[in-house]
Amino acid sequence: MVRGITAYQAYVPVHRLGREDIASFLGRPVQAGSRPVAGHDEDSSTLAVEALRGLPVAGSSGPLWFASTSPAYLEKSNSSLIHAAVGMDPSRPAYDMVGSLRSGVGALRAALDSGGIAVMADIRMGLPESSDESMGADAAASIAFGSDDVIAEVLGVESITLELLDRWRFPESATVEAWDERYAPEVILPLWQEVMSRLGAATGIAQPDHVAISCANARLAATVAGRLGVGMSPTLRQFGFAGAAHVGVALADVLDRAQPGETILVLGLNDGVDAVMLRATDLVTQRRAPRSVADLLAGGKRVGYGDVLTWRGMLTRQPPRRPDPQAPASPPSYRERAYKLRLAGARCTSCGWVMLPVQRVCLQCGAKDQHETVEFASTPGTIATLTADRLTYSLAPPMLMAVIDFDGGGRQLLEVTDADEREVHIGTRVEPTFRRVATSEGIHNYFWKVRPLRSDRGE
Amino acid sequence: MASNGIKDRVAIVAMGCTPFREHWNLSVDDMLVDAVTECLDSAGVDKNAVDAYWLGTQGSGMAGVTLSRPLQTHFKPVTRVENYCATGSESFRNAAYAVASGAYDIVVAAGVEKLKDSRYSGLAAAWPPSAGTRLDSTAPANFSMLAPAYAQRYGLDDDLLREVLTHIAWKNHQNGARNPLAQFRKAVERDTISCAAPIAGPLGVFDCSGVADGAAALMMVRAEDAHRFCANPLYVKALAFVSGNGSGLVDPNYDFTTFPEVVASAEEAYRQAGVVDPGSEISMAEVHDCFTPTELVLMEDLGFSSRGQAWQDVLEGRFDLSGALPVNPDGGLKSFGHPIGASGLRMLFECWLQLRGEAGDRQIPNARLGLTHNLGGQPGECVSFVSIVGNEPG
Repeated sequence: MVRGITAYQAYVPVHRLGREDIASFLGRPVQAGSRPVAGHDEDSSTLAVEALRGLPVAGSSGPLWFASTSPAYLEKSNSSLIHAAVGMDPSRPAYDMVGSLRSGVGALRAALDSGGIAVMADIRMGLPESSDESMGADAAASIAFGSDDVIAEVLGVESITLELLDRWRFPESATVEAWDERYAPEVILPLWQEVMSRLGAATGIAQPDHVAISCANARLAATVAGRLGVGMSPTLRQFGFAGAAHVGVALADVLDRAQPGETILVLGLNDGVDAVMLRATDLVTQRRAPRSVADLLAGGKRVGYGDVLTWRGMLTRQPPRRPDPQAPASPPSYRERAYKLRLAGARCTSCGWVMLPVQRVCLQCGAKDQHETVEFASTPGTIATLTADRLTYSLAPPMLMAVIDFDGGGRQLLEVTDADEREVHIGTRVEPTFRRVATSEGIHNYFWKVRPLRSDRGE
Repeated sequence: MASNGIKDRVAIVAMGCTPFREHWNLSVDDMLVDAVTECLDSAGVDKNAVDAYWLGTQGSGMAGVTLSRPLQTHFKPVTRVENYCATGSESFRNAAYAVASGAYDIVVAAGVEKLKDSRYSGLAAAWPPSAGTRLDSTAPANFSMLAPAYAQRYGLDDDLLREVLTHIAWKNHQNGARNPLAQFRKAVERDTISCAAPIAGPLGVFDCSGVADGAAALMMVRAEDAHRFCANPLYVKALAFVSGNGSGLVDPNYDFTTFPEVVASAEEAYRQAGVVDPGSEISMAEVHDCFTPTELVLMEDLGFSSRGQAWQDVLEGRFDLSGALPVNPDGGLKSFGHPIGASGLRMLFECWLQLRGEAGDRQIPNARLGLTHNLGGQPGECVSFVSIVGNEPG
């Protein structure tokens, strides 16, 4: 019998697009603040990996549920890639719930009902000058459910499903269509009141201490928050809307701050109303996520509007006269999946030599087929030498590459991301991060890169 | 033991080399016909008298047909070889062993590359299907990683390192300016070199070898037959080749200030040739200056400078044409250009000219022993070839 949330974690990419940069380029009035944007080598799957890695999942026996309105692939499961990259046991199922905004809350409900884990990630963009563009946010969050060591127990769940043409887009289109923004609130508010009254009757709670609202319609979200008498989180004031990931990020922000005994209302207001009432337990203060949402949103690296348009595929720029990257082939990707998806190497059981990736013949002692797996996905390392390649094809040139010596042994030549060349040098400490290296020949190529350790970035 | 040397058992008796250029009007076939014909004509030998051919090309053709078809040889063995940028030397090495074995009496080793039919800037290799985990980095980027490592280890600041690299590029362009066959035949000012826009790390365009088309060929016989073809042949003293195991990219003990493969192949070559003090016994060296930091490191790996001292020797002009040990007197890869399959043979062509007194205004006085060094791959994962040739047996 699943009792509630056992663990949570959020991820926000490091890049920031200033809203004034959009405005000045387009010649429009300036809006305040900046929004997080995924890097050129990030997509909803890699954002999900960042939100999920390191999350304690032993207490959640159910499936992994992945929600996004911007899945990297259709037809093929994206959650199986995420599952593999965080090293989940193959006996744990992984299912995509992709396409609609409501799938974010849907993943939460499914994880709650099954004692599993919900991971939500989204890349949000719109046509230049749209509010989807300026008020979107790229982010991800993971929430695990179970029955032991619960940090927030579920008190009640209510839901109303509504067929309403309010926001929609075709799969091939990058642009969301929307009806008048005053329309949905008219329709949904009465349904929300119905849900609140049912929930109130079931739980005895009419006024929660915290609320995490997922709603594409800012006007409706503000109205509901106002009627609940709960102010919007200061952290999320400038954040924008993170699509299917928003409910997870908002909930993570609440769990960063909630005190034992406080009540939390999770609300989804897309395509109906979904409500989950929780109460934080005594464990909530001991199991805060390593980085709070506020911490993730603080700082960041400014990126220009032209680069963001390029990264999102909306601006095609002159590439260098270099061949397109070669797409990965499936059979070698399958054979080398431990290295490709987990940055796994090995230790020779004969002499102790650490190798990345594994080789059948040990470099140091020559022993054949005598090794045990070592995973490097969470291992920090140090830059031994490096360079900036200005000639190779990249969406964010120059490509920074470095020879990384990992703590405890093992070396490999890897790309450095989330850094510009002035920030990295011999001796810089780095950590692995899972990224989409390139997309070519109709195939996404995923692998590990490194980024400077946060302490080295002076954050 | 590494290998049984064949010192003084094989002689080079003829050579040919096309200009290295962007040959928009010449094909692989054209360049092979030109180079091999020049080679055979210089010894007055008909192609039908040649018993076997070796053809080095990295990516400009497959199989021996690439040479037998344009040359219209009749039922001769033609072996196509490839070993990254050491391909030209590989052609030479295998042909030399074949004639030393007695299996053939007259062999020709040729090398060719047609890089300028490609639309791409710089080298672009076609790799087999893979898991996509290998970095898609360019050659300049791979070799540029030597620079910060060398500077860090020996305490050079950015400006001093830049000065050293500039001297190497400047020297090779000075030499190329005296060479009608070279791709770039104008001297280049040091300021122009130092201030060039960066391509990879600290390297600018003048730190990188030229991308060119070209072909070269040589003919060999056993030493006792040499006099029938040539009054002043070159004797092969040493052939050494090492294929690295890629350890540098995965072994934290490698510090990117050296090529262990070069050190090993050089030691083997000196052992075969009986050279004890390369710095004083080698008259000239053609080395693989794909990029300026490569040449810097090679001076130490080949034993021409002590560890950590090459930068000083470079600045003092030790390796200039007028210096104690001229390196790349023909302009090197830097200004002669680097058609991959031909480069190793082009290096021997300069030895051919210099050791026989035919190098004109590049002539090094009293040249006796020449060394060629040919490298392929990238720091940490490479192959290295070293040969030593001389104008006298013994």
